[in-house]
This record gives sequence, structure tokens and C-alpha cells, in this order.
Amino acid sequence: MEFFRYLGASTRASFTKLGRASYFLIEILSGLASVIVRPRLLLKQLHSVGVLSFLIIVISGLFVGMVLGLQGFYILSRFGAEETLGVMVAASLVRELGPVVAALLFAGRAGSALTAEIGLMKATEQLSGMEMMAIDPIKRIISPRFLAGFLSMPLLASLFSAVGIIGGQLVGSGLLGVDDGAYWSQMQATLDFKDDIINGIIKSVVFGFVTSWIALFEGYDAIPTAEGVSRATTRTVVNSAFSILGLDFILTALMFGEH
Amino acid sequence: MPYTHTQDTLVGLFVATGIASLFFLGLQVSNLSSLSHGDTYEITARFSNSGGLKVKSSVSAAGVKIGNVKAITFDPKTYESVVKMDIDAQYKTLPDDSSASVYTAGLLGEQYVSLDGGGSSEFLKNGSKIEITNSALVLEKALGQFLFKSAEEKKAAPVDDKKGKK
Repeated sequence: MEFFRYLGASTRASFTKLGRASYFLIEILSGLASVIVRPRLLLKQLHSVGVLSFLIIVISGLFVGMVLGLQGFYILSRFGAEETLGVMVAASLVRELGPVVAALLFAGRAGSALTAEIGLMKATEQLSGMEMMAIDPIKRIISPRFLAGFLSMPLLASLFSAVGIIGGQLVGSGLLGVDDGAYWSQMQATLDFKDDIINGIIKSVVFGFVTSWIALFEGYDAIPTAEGVSRATTRTVVNSAFSILGLDFILTALMFGEH
Repeated sequence: MPYTHTQDTLVGLFVATGIASLFFLGLQVSNLSSLSHGDTYEITARFSNSGGLKVKSSVSAAGVKIGNVKAITFDPKTYESVVKMDIDAQYKTLPDDSSASVYTAGLLGEQYVSLDGGGSSEFLKNGSKIEITNSALVLEKALGQFLFKSAEEKKAAPVDDKKGKK
């Protein structure tokens, strides 16, 4: 009996949390209009969410591309197909690794920071203070951060893919002696702008939306204590990673299923 | 963090690099730059077997890409594969008795349509049909024929020997 009571309580708790999160999302989206009136708020958040994630994305992208070049070369050279290295590196980066790894890094780098910032604002009663001054904290604090995350994610993901492809080329044609022309021309002949690149960008837009939403909601919903904020930050990273990987599977099945 | 002008610059640089990498992906990595948005005209060819030809496979003449395969359908009356191709309008002087063949790029590469010019003074127009076609080489068929042939030659060989001795 104890077990069923626990099960019922946790089911009800997770449903109410989902409901709070959805309500929160509607509030964020209705607050977006006021962000457009004050672009300065958005600019500041673009700096802390996008610009400060720039370096980790570039360095990770470069190394992921280089490792793909190295591993791909060893396997492809068994079949004498080193010329298709460019296709392998570019397709795996643009379709999967670019959006997914960039989103995971984004959740770790920017998402956790957002949650900690909002949670701490709540713990120190800054949000209630704003409400006392008749300033809507959703419009002033949350919506600009959401829009910044939503806009940064596709840019970061395409940056990741582009740097990774260059990294693959550095290793492939610089170190292992794959023909440079074949690397690029095979890539251009195989990859389609609409099917591969646009679909990759759609993925990153979805991930940016979900990651920003989770991070902001966990911060806003955190228990206003030191421990509560630390737990909320952990939950942001864990839940973002789960949603990114789960959504990636669904999006891949929808987009690339026919081929 | 207080608001500074360096922040403006950094955000500007970030957005510019992001958009630049998108352009890089579009132009350098994918086929966006090679897509001809100019005028094309459509020609049709019937193959008894179009093999692994796909929509968007390339159509080439003398090894140069001049168009794309637009649609491949099966004609249930003649049991033939009907391949519609879009040819770039700048190549409008192809003779109308040109022949179309399905070839494979490399041993295991993609299949493409190759147009070989004929001697006619009339040119292919929008809606023209190519009469002379060569089907795709199906590797299993070719191997089967080769094995069959070599087995027959072995059978025939001893007879030749006897003839030689006489």
C-alpha cells in the first residue's frame, strides 16, 4: 500500500511539474514581444549565452572533426575508399554530431549557468523584489535569456559542424594524405543542402528551444536554498541531455527515415 | 555584468561567424552552389533496365555534368523504365539522335546517365525522346554470362585439340 501511495504521489508530482513548465513556457512566449522593444537586454544575454560558449564549441568541434578524420580514414582505407572521407566526416557532423554535441555542450556550459543564475535570483528574493516594483521578472529576466538561447543554438551548431569539417580536412589531407580535391568534391556531390544541412539546423533549433526552456524552468522552479539551486542545476544538465538524445532519435527517424 | 561596447562588438562577431559558417556549409560543403537555378528543358529516355539510377542522379555528356534525372517511372505496358531528365538550357545543341546509356562511376560508384552525341543536324528540344538507349550493366547478369561463356569454351576446347591433331 505504501508503494502505491508513493507511485501515485510521484506521478501527480511529475504531472503538476509538467503543467507548471507548460504554463511557464506560455508566459515566456508571451513575454517575447517585450524583448523586441528592448534589444539591449537580448544583446547582453546573447553575450553571456552565445559568445562565452563560442570557444568551447570551436575547440570541441575541431577535435571531434579531427578524430572523425582519423578513425574514418583507418576504416575507409581498408576498402580503398579514402576519397569518401569528406562525405563521412561532413555527413556525420552536419546530420548528427553537430547539433547533438553542440547542444550537449550548450546545456553544460550555458544551461547550467542560466539555472544557477535564475535560482540564485530566486533564493536572494530578487525576483520577488522586481515584482514589488511592478516589473514583470518573466519579461525582464526570463524571456531575453530564452530568446538568446534559442537564437544562439543554430549558430553554435553550424559553427561546430563547419569547424569539424575543417578539422577533418586538416587530419585527412594534411596528415594522412587524402586527396584534397576529392575530400571537398565528394562531399559536395553527396550532401544535399535541403536534406542534410537544413535538417541539421532544424534539429539544433529544436534543441536550443528545449534546452533553454528546461534550464530556465528549473531555475525558476528551484527550491530557494543553496541545496535547491545545486539540485536544480544538476537536473538541468541531466534532463537536457535526456531530452536532446531522445528528441534526436525521433527527429532522425522523421527526417532521414525515407532514405 | 555592466553594459559595454565591447559586448556589442563580441556579439556582432559571434553572429557574423555563425552566419558565415552557415554559408560555408551551404556553399562549400553541400551542393547548393552547383544547383543550376537557370532554365532547363526536359527529355525522356526509355531503358529496358535503369539499374540503380535515382532521382537527382547526374546526366553527363563527354564526362561533363549537364543535368539531373528528374523522375523515374515504370511503364506497365512496355515493361520499360521511363527516365525523365532536366538538361541545362545552355546545352541546347545536342543532336536528336544522341544515345543515352546508364553507366557506373567507378566500380562501386553511383550510376549516371551518359549522353553520346549522334550526327543529326536536328537538336533535342523540350519533351524530346531519346530513341537509342543502353541499359545499366547489372553485375550479376554480366558475371553469369561470363561464367557460362567460359564453361562453354572449356567444353569446346578438347574438340578443337582433336581437330588440330588431324
